[in-house]
Amino acid sequence: MENYSLSHLRALEAEAIHIIREVAAEFSNPVMLYSIGKDSSVMVRLAEKAFYPGKVPFPLMHIDSKWKFREMIEFRDTYARNHGWDLIVEYNREAYEAGVGPFTHGSRVHTDLMKTQALLAALKKHGFDAAFGGARRDEEKSRAKERIFSFRNAFQQWDPKNQRPELWDIYNTRIGAGESIRVFPLSNWTETDIWQYIRLEKIPIVPLYYAAERAVVEINGNLIMVDDERMPLELRNKAQLRRVRFRTLGCYPLTGAIESDADTIEKIVEEMMVTTRSERTTRVIDFDQEGSMEQKKREGYF
Amino acid sequence: MKQTIEEFLAQDEQKELLRLLTAGSVDDGKSTLIGRLLYDSKRLYDDQLQALERDSRRVGNAGGGIDYALLCDGLKAEREQGITIDVAYRYFATSRRKFIIADTPGHEQYTRNMITGGSTANLAIILVDARHGILTQTRRHSYLVSLLGIKHIILAVNKMDAVGYSQEVFENIATSYRSWLATQQFTIADLQVIPISALCGDNVVERSESMSWYSGPTLLDYLETVPTQSDYNLDSFRFAVQYVQRPNQNFRGFSGKISSGIIRVGDSVTALPSGKQSTVKSIVTYDGDLEYAFAPQSVTITLSDEIDLSRGDMLVLSAQPRPQIGHNLTAMMVWMDEQPLDSSKHFYLKHTTNSVRAKVSEIYYRVDINTAEHIPANTLSLNEIAKVCITTAEPIFCDPYTENRQTGAFIVIDPITNFTSSVGMVIELSDNGCLKKEVVNISLKQLGIDVSHSKVIALLCKELERRCGITINCTE
Repeated sequence: MENYSLSHLRALEAEAIHIIREVAAEFSNPVMLYSIGKDSSVMVRLAEKAFYPGKVPFPLMHIDSKWKFREMIEFRDTYARNHGWDLIVEYNREAYEAGVGPFTHGSRVHTDLMKTQALLAALKKHGFDAAFGGARRDEEKSRAKERIFSFRNAFQQWDPKNQRPELWDIYNTRIGAGESIRVFPLSNWTETDIWQYIRLEKIPIVPLYYAAERAVVEINGNLIMVDDERMPLELRNKAQLRRVRFRTLGCYPLTGAIESDADTIEKIVEEMMVTTRSERTTRVIDFDQEGSMEQKKREGYF
Repeated sequence: MKQTIEEFLAQDEQKELLRLLTAGSVDDGKSTLIGRLLYDSKRLYDDQLQALERDSRRVGNAGGGIDYALLCDGLKAEREQGITIDVAYRYFATSRRKFIIADTPGHEQYTRNMITGGSTANLAIILVDARHGILTQTRRHSYLVSLLGIKHIILAVNKMDAVGYSQEVFENIATSYRSWLATQQFTIADLQVIPISALCGDNVVERSESMSWYSGPTLLDYLETVPTQSDYNLDSFRFAVQYVQRPNQNFRGFSGKISSGIIRVGDSVTALPSGKQSTVKSIVTYDGDLEYAFAPQSVTITLSDEIDLSRGDMLVLSAQPRPQIGHNLTAMMVWMDEQPLDSSKHFYLKHTTNSVRAKVSEIYYRVDINTAEHIPANTLSLNEIAKVCITTAEPIFCDPYTENRQTGAFIVIDPITNFTSSVGMVIELSDNGCLKKEVVNISLKQLGIDVSHSKVIALLCKELERRCGITINCTE
């Protein structure tokens, strides 16, 4: 018998594919921002689905803060090569050469220069008029209020009080010169949806998401992995081997690991369903100040 | 027997999705209700709870207890002003369904946000305070929910704890709401009235021990079981071409999201506006070709013939009635822009994947959303709703909104600011020009009616206008 109802995952998939195609049809120079994380991995797969059997008509862009886990960079290059993606990598050369990093400059300065400023410069350099991001509304309070097609003025800023009404699945894609739109196809997905979809679709993800023995140091209650020798020696000396995994991935000094035995997707989902801490607790940058994500978003951070 | 995680996941992946809108003000306990749903369905993590307890003590309005409302007030500006500014989306899931809540404020000036939040909702929860009963805002929310075509309504009579869990109070509110609805021009397809206390958790997730007289479903029971299958129009196949795939000489596919209906390989289809016919050769997806597809799936369709078809065009089933086609669109329109409507100005009208130039040719009447009465109007300001006729530069094809929420909806974009100035719901489409607004002038003196009756006559005229949309200028 024919069945005419979609499961929640298939409904979310259909919505995301529609959003991605709409951008390709209406913008002249879109780009998909790729953070190499699990959400990005899902978004990239949805783009491949949207244009099958054709090639995705826009590139991927990774803003490299130069402090990502090494395994992320390996995964990025392998994935892009195997799946025929056109990959752009950009970074803030000036700040990098000046030696900016989280250990020496703190998370705020590092994030601003190596992520926010690097992103703004890259978008400007390539003249992108639309940029996809893998953000979800369930991640953080200010994201819960953001539109799927989120307008940015010529200064790339978000004005939460003056958002365009967004109704049905009819998206307003019109912009003026220098203005742009950030597009969030995963807006309505939750962390559980992401993991279930990864399992269902067998989407490859960075191995750091799976539990393994890793050398970590406890810094301010976060388990920080020793990924290279740029971590100060006095911290590295305190490293211990522990069985950990990551719920989110970013700059290694700013991303806390959790102790876990989950070395398969099934175990990860099982662990997540009984977990008592939200995923953002492992992101160090959120704790800088009250309303800090909203502040960063207003300044142009994704 | 204990399920394995694989079995559990396989089952959990098959959940349905329900989108719902919550309408009401902070005073009705709306945020408390949402907080309660998230809390009782265990969607809050420890760190979120800790932050909530900390914030409740610092800035909460719950007298030291947990202020669930703080969960919903995300933005800095809102915390300062103590109001919810915009639509916020919340997510939770039970073993049966995944829920997306569009949380919108109840203040009058934010009709825009409620319309935004409700456009995709299957269900709306309208909250009333048991101590105050049906208020103007309840009527306003009911009208807007009906305008948006939301089929299922829960009237949640909240704060039952504050009225001693009185059955009489509840029955009175339910009865007065139903009798008020009966006098209205608009209809609500499916109404469920539930007595709750969001604060104490009665009948939200757990059945109330204090209201044994109530035998209906709890709020969550209802959310989990209300049938939504019929909310999607599976009758008339409508497919707006979104993107044309041409990876090589041998493949030409039309991608889009099915707006409504079902399509099968071999079906005879008609392209609009050209009227050219062909048959469906294949329904292509990344996961393999399909034998059939239905709304709201995103697919790519290939045809047996090379017919002219591009973005903005529509495929329909040849055997089914076509959508209406024309230049003159009669619609209910909601003004969303700070700048009022300028009838002399041209706009972009975006409908499915099609954009055309358009202008508002006629405003028949404005609706007072508090009373649903019709009021004469020459322009429209922010949050105002009107019946209008729009003229488009090229013919468009659509269905009445009441029949099809996908092909009956449009947005209007200001060509200078690019802001979404307005949104609309189609009533009908024609090619005969816009009907002129009917204005009848009568003079009591000429009709030989004594001026002492003028008050009664004026009332009668107002009622005629409300019911028939005829504007009568009554002079002595």
